[in-house]
Amino acid sequence: MKKVLYRHQISKLFAFALVVYLLFSNSLFAQEESPEQNAAAATEVAAEQAGSDSGDAAKGKQLFNQNCAACHALNRKMTGPALANVETRLAEDEGLDREWLYTWIKNSAGMISSGDAYANKVYAEYNQAAMTAFPTLSNADIDNILAYTAATPPAPVAAAATTAASEGGGDSSGITNEIILGALVMVFALLVMMLFLVNNTLQRIAEANGVVMEKDKAVKRTPLWKAFAHNQFLVLVSSIFLLLASAYFAYGWMMQVGIDQGYAPIQPIHYSHKVHAGDNKIECKYCHSSARVSKHSGIPSLNVCMNCHKSIYEYKGNPEGPSPEDLANGYTNEFYTGEIKKLYKAVGWDEENQKYTGESQPVEWVRIHNLPDLAYFNHSQHVSVAGIECQTCHGPVEEMEIMYQYSSLTMGWCINCHRETNVKVEDNAYYAKIHEELSKKYGVENLTAAQMGGLECGKCHY
Amino acid sequence: MASKKYWKSEAELNPNDSIVETLRQNEFPEEIPVDEFLGDKENLSASTTNRRDFLKYVGFSTAAASLAACEGPVRKSIPYVIKPEQIIPGIANYYATTIADGYDFASILIKTREGRPIKVENNKDAKTNGNSNARIQASVLSLYDSTRLQGPLANGEPAEWTAIDTSVKNKLEALKGSEKQIVLLTQTYASPSTSKLISEFKEVYGNVNHIAYDAISEDAALTAFEAKFGERALPTYDFEKADIIVSFGADFLADWQGGGYDSGYSKGRIPKKGKMSRHIQFESNMSLTGANADKRIAIKPSEQKKALASLFGKLNNSSVNVDLSENISKAVDDVAAEIRKAGNKAVVVTGLDDVNAQAVTLSINEMLGSIAYSPSVPRYIRQGNSQAVNKLIQDMNSGKVGALIMDGVNPMYTLPNATEFSEGVAKVDLSVTFSTNWNETTEITEFTAAANHFLESWGDAELVKGYYSLIQPTIKELFDTRQFQQSLLQWMGSDLSYYDYIKETWNSGILGDASWNKALHDGVFVLESNTEGGTSATNNRSGNQTMEQQSEANTAIAPISSAVSSLANASADGMELILYPKIGMGDGKQANNPWLQEFPDPISRVSWDNYVTVSRADASSLGLINENVANGGLNGSYAKLTVNGVALENVPVLIQPGQAAGTVGLSFGYGRQVGMKTEMQTGVNAYALYQGFNSIQNVTLEKATGMHEFACIQLHNTLMGRGDIIKETTLEIFNTKDHSEWNHVPQVSLNHQEVPATTVDLWDSFDRSIGHHFNMSIDLNACTGCGACVIACHAENNVPVVGKEEVRKSRDMHWLRIDRYYSSEDTFDQDNTKKDEFSGASQTKSGFEEMEQAAVNPQVAFQPVMCQHCNHAPCETVCPVAATSHSRQGQNHMAYNRCVGTRYCANNCPYKVRRFNWFLLNNNEEFDYHFNNDLGKMVINPDVTVRSRGVIEKCSLCIQMTQKTILDAKREGRVIVDGEFQTACSNACSNGAIVFGDSNDEESQVTELKKDDRMYHLLESVGTKPNVFYQVKVRNTNEA
Repeated sequence: MKKVLYRHQISKLFAFALVVYLLFSNSLFAQEESPEQNAAAATEVAAEQAGSDSGDAAKGKQLFNQNCAACHALNRKMTGPALANVETRLAEDEGLDREWLYTWIKNSAGMISSGDAYANKVYAEYNQAAMTAFPTLSNADIDNILAYTAATPPAPVAAAATTAASEGGGDSSGITNEIILGALVMVFALLVMMLFLVNNTLQRIAEANGVVMEKDKAVKRTPLWKAFAHNQFLVLVSSIFLLLASAYFAYGWMMQVGIDQGYAPIQPIHYSHKVHAGDNKIECKYCHSSARVSKHSGIPSLNVCMNCHKSIYEYKGNPEGPSPEDLANGYTNEFYTGEIKKLYKAVGWDEENQKYTGESQPVEWVRIHNLPDLAYFNHSQHVSVAGIECQTCHGPVEEMEIMYQYSSLTMGWCINCHRETNVKVEDNAYYAKIHEELSKKYGVENLTAAQMGGLECGKCHY
Repeated sequence: MASKKYWKSEAELNPNDSIVETLRQNEFPEEIPVDEFLGDKENLSASTTNRRDFLKYVGFSTAAASLAACEGPVRKSIPYVIKPEQIIPGIANYYATTIADGYDFASILIKTREGRPIKVENNKDAKTNGNSNARIQASVLSLYDSTRLQGPLANGEPAEWTAIDTSVKNKLEALKGSEKQIVLLTQTYASPSTSKLISEFKEVYGNVNHIAYDAISEDAALTAFEAKFGERALPTYDFEKADIIVSFGADFLADWQGGGYDSGYSKGRIPKKGKMSRHIQFESNMSLTGANADKRIAIKPSEQKKALASLFGKLNNSSVNVDLSENISKAVDDVAAEIRKAGNKAVVVTGLDDVNAQAVTLSINEMLGSIAYSPSVPRYIRQGNSQAVNKLIQDMNSGKVGALIMDGVNPMYTLPNATEFSEGVAKVDLSVTFSTNWNETTEITEFTAAANHFLESWGDAELVKGYYSLIQPTIKELFDTRQFQQSLLQWMGSDLSYYDYIKETWNSGILGDASWNKALHDGVFVLESNTEGGTSATNNRSGNQTMEQQSEANTAIAPISSAVSSLANASADGMELILYPKIGMGDGKQANNPWLQEFPDPISRVSWDNYVTVSRADASSLGLINENVANGGLNGSYAKLTVNGVALENVPVLIQPGQAAGTVGLSFGYGRQVGMKTEMQTGVNAYALYQGFNSIQNVTLEKATGMHEFACIQLHNTLMGRGDIIKETTLEIFNTKDHSEWNHVPQVSLNHQEVPATTVDLWDSFDRSIGHHFNMSIDLNACTGCGACVIACHAENNVPVVGKEEVRKSRDMHWLRIDRYYSSEDTFDQDNTKKDEFSGASQTKSGFEEMEQAAVNPQVAFQPVMCQHCNHAPCETVCPVAATSHSRQGQNHMAYNRCVGTRYCANNCPYKVRRFNWFLLNNNEEFDYHFNNDLGKMVINPDVTVRSRGVIEKCSLCIQMTQKTILDAKREGRVIVDGEFQTACSNACSNGAIVFGDSNDEESQVTELKKDDRMYHLLESVGTKPNVFYQVKVRNTNEA
């Protein structure tokens, strides 16, 4: 387990310097990157234009993502078949025209029941999962979608190039840092050596010149330490001071025992809260659903992951592309996609056949927030009743690539918050009576959790 | 003086003694075995490790250990791969099920957390048998018994189910056409599906004989009922409706005829509008029922029979000649007069194992037209047939039995003639025992079929006619086990699951149009004919017919006269032994349950033992003694009991106040040996004396050598006239006088004025009118002392089991105890008077010494005591670290992690409710009960801290439950209504003795009870202002 020192101003200073440094270097790279991005966008547009003869591929992409992407991918079997060049494929293999596709998309069930041969074949092939009917899509919409499916997807060359470029950049930034620090150390060492040498030389010159050092005189005067030792008052005061100071530091050191603020263990699957809660803005309680009703926030079971990851089988990066820091850390798209595969292995999902194999391997997450058993904490009390944001205690989770313990989770931390936070009593019939009576008693408008009795031992310890 | 010589032994006086000389020369009289621990010289010198290296290693390992300790442990969180929809971690689920283990039958709810059953609750929707007792409360721990069988065995060796199935099926097939019977020897199921299944099994294999066997037989009552009504069942009683209850040896508040009668009884015992029921008990042992009676007549069983006959005669106006002593016949006269006065509101019951006695009581109740007695809605929860069991043993020994399949029974332990049985089993071709544990019977049978615990099983039951219950599993089988019914299906060649079988039976027969899912959800289902007041209809019928019946009484009782005369002529020679089940142990099915072993008997307050109860007079004539030794522990003589030549050696003797002279009592359920942890092998096996399935035996008692060490929790048995601990009065005084007379508030002197103690205060009071203020009311009239609350408290609050040795040292950990007090005069009232009349030091001393001794037939009072949650708590002021503090909600908090174990609080507590953890009771090999193995730990309630060594613990008024109720209301944004606040004990108490609630809620029941005239606080004079209060006990003793 990683320990974080109680007093770490120095490391903070370094961290600050690093941040400042990275801030500048970051913007530099961003500028470098932009032409590449533009180039990628340009190729995409070109591809779209090339592929469309009767529809607008750009509109088609939008429609595809809205309506089809939950079950279909372009180059990959999912709940339904892969749709890249579906029209050509159908025309060549089955001799089916666009009219067939219109009818199928608008009412697939009807076609199956009417006994259409290929409709039934597809239905049987995909585990008899009926395709949702889309009567609202016009023929023109379908044309657009088909145009999109016919367009050749842009090759991910540009992205790879960016990766390589920024990886190099990330490395160089680390090296420069070390070089600067090393140089500084060298300079200091040289200075110290020079001072020493100069002093020596001067002494030798003095001796050679016959200057007598006033050492004898100095001996006759009582040395400073002896004077100090004789002054009992001074000794007393300074020893008291020393004792207090050491007690202060000892106390500080001992109080950090068992506090794991900043604890960020390596997890079996690199799950990025930044990607999920930050980039994709997934509500915390979508996955941690039991936080609403239970004492535990609950680590989501793997079937919750599969709600989305059944169709999200690879990581494509955020819209702006991976940032240089991410790339520096090795958080490439391939890396994330690899992590999704780990999930599939754990849950026993056979990607090829889109089936659960039944061979699952539960994920052993390393628990980060370890409240001792003697303290009772209930998430629902804070999340549902008090309406506190998750971030209040867990910090900026949406920015955390690696989850860490943000708050100290000490009793003092709990109590401070209970002293400062007003109880949310609005629209809660439970509080109506007690709030009226207590606020009158204390003569306040809003009651804190402490005034409500939230500091009593037995509220958390039983 | 100088010549004085000190000598250590006689030998020293002889100067020539060689031994003395050697001892004087040698410092160590024996050779110190240096070589042994240094190994042989060669090895030692060859070793490269010298002393310095050794010290280096020590230093290094110490440093390494302390460095390693700086690292916190890495904790893993493993979520479900696919989470079941109903399970949310941290939230409890409840399932309705039924216990039907052959001895206990009740509809219950099971609380599960993350899929683990952790607690038994009463099913309040159940119209009948919805109340649990101590054993049912504890049954959840038996699920996690580490000695359970983990898979089937063949001849004691682990086997596969498939192998067992094949060999059983082959043998059954072979027996199909033969003369030999296939016998199913089982517990009572009262299960419609099982009955149907067994009859289908009969169809498949032909010569199948099903014998129901109850370890503790109700055969006499069943036979009497069958003779009268043509059905093998037992009548039901509703004691709430009775104004006068007369019992001849029926312990109906415990396990009499299947038990479950206490809640109705208690409701009738709370004085309402100046009325409460009157209860007269004729009995020999001091039973729980007798302890609650208004009038208890301690007589021998033979005299009980005569008294019953004489009562019958008096009620019937016929003359029955009985030779009863004067005071007994006077008592019978009084009872007869009272019954006559009460008319159809009287009820008579008997627990005598005698068909005649049972038949006579049935006739009396019918004659009275008792509205508390309903034979038309009988209960089916005892089916055992003693004759059939005896016949089976004969048949087996004569080689007429081909296969014996047993389920839910342990005849090798419960039969007095177990050796005959085992000889018989040896002659049977195929013997299979279904059992959850390795026991005396599995030892002698070929196949041991590891059976499910009832919490892993499917099933159904018809406890009372027309009242159905379902048994559903609350956890998947923990081990490779299979229940009896499923195996029968398998062996019949059916591939149905027993679940489907039950569903089919219910849908086709029982449910009619009702929904299966609803029945399963509720756990109970009542036929419509019953819901429309089936019982009351019967009662009306009998009520209307009373007059008719009385006029026809002579014809109706014609066949009864012979029964009466045989009762009247009951012989009364020698000492009589009454075998009885304890409320904690029952028939011994759960003898390996540490909660039940540590559960103190409500009457004797002895845990971890059974013993022979003897009256004081008999004890002194036989030279048997009880004494308290230096550490306070209770010791008792050993005795040898002999019944018809069968002797039971070394039975501990307990002198029991209220034991009828000339009788002794001994409880069933103890003395099990096979398959038990050594700690649980307690007591002696009383079944050895249970000859002819009769609980009344003639016995001879001899003193044996040695003294037995009891683990008795209560060492002082009388109140010494301190009437303010248990306040009580009689119904007459209660009705006629002002409450200040019978519920006197103690006075203290303030400014030389006598003022009520409740008005004097050392402290400033905290304003408790805002928010919740929890109060608990304990009604001493409704409390029967059954102890269900004690076990419920254990289960809810993770209270550890400490074992016999520690209990003997008064280190028991019960958060809730039920004190039992005997009066030292005939009544508690006389105690108080006697104490008040002491004058002078010597009289006081001798008087108090006399009062330490309980009376021959004392009054008994029960008082549940837990932390009183004083508003001015003495414990809080003395804690040096503020580990115990008060909340504005009225609960006295205990922060275990803050406690440093000074025990000042325990010393300053006037109620002695604080318990100290002398040892680490979990994860400790020394305490091998359930807290030290992974299986037993599954019963732990995750909402309550498991306490460690060196801290004080005590009742918290189940703060985890009150906090949950508050939180649920907050989340749902609503006001809490009365009844939502509960504690483990108030939930478990189906008698209504413990009522919990918010006294700031004007509507609540507890507020009403707080204003009741009967309300008083324990030790009011101390001024602790507790939040627990009691209701004065009222006895209906007015004779008339």
